[in-house]
Order: sequence, then C-alpha cells, then structure tokens
Amino acid sequence: MSSRPLVTAPPVARLIEAFHRLPGIGPKSAQRLAYHVLRTPRVEAEALAAALVDVKDRVRLCSRCQNVTEQDPCGLCSDAVRDQGLICVVEEPLDTLAVERAGVYAGLYHVLHGALSPMDGVGPEKIKIRELVERVRRGDVREVILATNATMEGDATASYLVRLLQPFGVAITRIARGLPVGADVEYADEVTLGRALRQRVPVEMEEGAAVEGGEQ
Amino acid sequence: MAPRVYQTEAVVLRQRRLDDAGKICVLFTPDFGRIEAVAKGVRRPRSKLAGHLEPLTRVSLLLAKGRSLDIITQAQALDSFTPLREEIERLSRALYVAELVDRITDTAPDVGGLYRLLVGTIERLGATEALDLAVRWFEMRLLMEQGYQPNLERCVRCNAELALEGNGFAALAGGVVCPGCCDAPGSRPLSGAAFKLLRYMQRRPFSEVARVRIDAMLGRELEVHLRQAVQAVLDQEVKAGEFVDAVRATSPVAAQRSGGR
Repeated sequence: MSSRPLVTAPPVARLIEAFHRLPGIGPKSAQRLAYHVLRTPRVEAEALAAALVDVKDRVRLCSRCQNVTEQDPCGLCSDAVRDQGLICVVEEPLDTLAVERAGVYAGLYHVLHGALSPMDGVGPEKIKIRELVERVRRGDVREVILATNATMEGDATASYLVRLLQPFGVAITRIARGLPVGADVEYADEVTLGRALRQRVPVEMEEGAAVEGGEQ
Repeated sequence: MAPRVYQTEAVVLRQRRLDDAGKICVLFTPDFGRIEAVAKGVRRPRSKLAGHLEPLTRVSLLLAKGRSLDIITQAQALDSFTPLREEIERLSRALYVAELVDRITDTAPDVGGLYRLLVGTIERLGATEALDLAVRWFEMRLLMEQGYQPNLERCVRCNAELALEGNGFAALAGGVVCPGCCDAPGSRPLSGAAFKLLRYMQRRPFSEVARVRIDAMLGRELEVHLRQAVQAVLDQEVKAGEFVDAVRATSPVAAQRSGGR
C-alpha cells in the first residue's frame, strides 16, 4: 500500500477501475463515467446494475443459430414468417444486426463467434462450425449464404465451410464484393476491383440479375 | 533530424486488432526486417488502406515515424497473390510460411535474402501443384538462411560417414545421426528416400526439386522431419501447421497435391 493520502474514496476508485476495463474507455473517461454515476439518482444506478446482472444471468446462446438470446430458440429462429430454408452464416452476433439493417434478407442465421485464424491458433474446433454442419445435416436447408468478413480470416473460414458443406448437396453462396457506396475507384484495391469487374451485372436488371447470380 | 516519413516495400504477414477501427500490421520488409505498424481506420468499409493491407499482400508503403509504432499513411498493393485467396489448400500453406517468417525474424535488418525467399515462396504457392514440396523447400532454405542448415554429411554425434539407409533425423542435434547413434534425443527414423531428398533440397533450386515424384508417405515423412527442425530452432509451436493438417483432412485431392508433378 502506498503511504499517500487517499484522494478518491475506495468505492469510487473501484468503479473507475471497472469502467476502465471496458473496451475503448481510457482513464479519463472512466473517471467521468464514475462521477456521473455518483451524481445520478439511486434508481438509475440500480437499473444499470440490474441490467448488467441480467445480461450475465438471462442471456445465452440460441441452440439453433448460436446467436445471443433470452429465450431458446431465439426470436429470429422461431419466427414462422422467415424462410427456414436459408441460413446466413456470420462471424459475430453484431453482424446479424448489420444484415438485418440491410432489410433484404428474411432467412435464418448462424453465428460462428469468430473466424478461423490459423496463426493465432483459432482452428475449426474453436468456433461454432460443428453446430452449423449439424444443422445442415439435419436437412430442410436449401441454401447456405456465407457472409463472413471479406478478410483473409473470413475468406479462409468461408472456403473451409464450402469443403465441409459440399457433401450435403445444398446450394452454397458467398456474398458479393465490390465497391462500397461512396468509395472511389482510384483507391480501390486490385482484389476488390477485380472481383467487382468479373462479377459485374447488367445495369437495367441489376436487382434480378444479382439474385439470379447468387442462386447459381 | 531524421526524416519523419519513409517508404518501403513489405509483405504483410498478419494483422491484429488495435482499437475500434484500427489494426496493427506485422510487416516483413527487405530494408528493415520485421516491423509492426499501425493502420488506422482499416475496419471501416470506406478505408483507403484496408484492401491493400490484408495478410499475404506485397505492398508499397509510406510510413510516418510514430512515438512507439510507425503509422501507415499510404499503401498500394503490388501483388495480392489472388490464387491464394481462392483456394484454401494454397492459403493454408502460405499462412504457415508467413507464420514461420513472423516467428523466426526479429527487428534486425534483413540482408534481402529472406525477403526474396518469402516472396518467391508465396508466389510459388499460388501457382505450383506441388504445394507441400514447396513448403518443405522453403523450410530447408529458411533454416539455411538463418544459419541452422541441417548437417546431412556426417553423423552429428560421432562424426561417422553416413550410409544411405538406417539413419535417424535428430532435429534437436541439428542433423542426421548414424545407425549407432539413433538413440540421440528426439531422433526419428530417416528413410533412404527422404535422406536423398533432403540432400537434394539443400543443393538444388525448387524447379529441379519439383520434378521429383514423391508419394504421400514420403511427403509426410519429410514434413515431420522438417517441421521438427524448424520448431527446434523456433523453440515454439507453429500454430498454422495444425490448420494445414485440418485442411488436408477435409481434402479429397490432398494426396495428389502433396508430391511433385
């Protein structure tokens, strides 16, 4: 223990320390958050504490899609309106939100909770690949859409999945890649631009052609 | 005062997350050896750097001196080795090669030989059918480049002349042991065919080695010996090796790909 007099009351110091452990929160932000909590009414602080405990107690992984959920199966998996024959495979739970925001997909998901990263020792057994293969094996799946990141890890994961899923005779597709909205051709890398050119679609029937291309 | 920005060519060996949008790139350069540099904002979809800094890309860079790590300010891919990205057999081997270079090099400047070896091997892995043989040849050259050339001429324990058959390969001892010394620690039986091929790889360019026809069993034996030799030098496990094994386990054509033409 240091002999310096305590500047911060120990409970406050503990709270600062706890905030500081969160991603993206530096020491200054942690202090500001802690003193903010100190000044808020008791009910708000209790609501925050309860919310924190709740996520640990009540949230688990959906037994079908492995997404985080409160009920099992999750809301998406038990939604009868969604196409049960389509599975969109993503790396992280947040990716399902991104795909949902696009507003064009109405099938099911499968969350891998990571991507193969050979150099970091993340192999097939460390992510939810076995669960995906099981789902496809059990049948009723028409198409698997691989929506892993367009990174080396994401591509490695996608090609590994193709290997594993091909024997089941389902359609396997990979989301297309090209220029993001608002991007300059000048700054595009050759891999992106090359694929964008090779997988180009006729202008007047863009939507239809893209869907057709995806189902081949 | 030293200039604040500098240019270099590099191969991106790997990346790791830094903060919300940034990554740290591990680069291997002909001028400065292995360096780490910050790529800001590359996880955003509109990043101008992102596509140029994927692992296994040969890239021309402009870097700014930072307080601890340097910062990548411009990047232009020179070669993205596209075939690697389209076939997991090729990709898995190339990742293994990149990990070896990542682990074996420190910040000491490279004389250029290892850089040429790395680029040459990655290029080759995008084109050749003898993928595993290309990796074996790389391992042998890497050991030689780093001063750990396995001794294939005389028994590393008793200095006896070596016959072709009955020897052992003792990675920790740095080479081949004669039948009488096969109890050396870590020694594994070395077949005559594998012994011949190891010698051939030490002396010949890949174009000649690739003409040798080898079956799956011999390929596997060479892999065990050379991986052991590399691990003995690194003193740590090469993680991507497991991935190569996993990919091979799912491959219907693995056996044909392992050997020469």
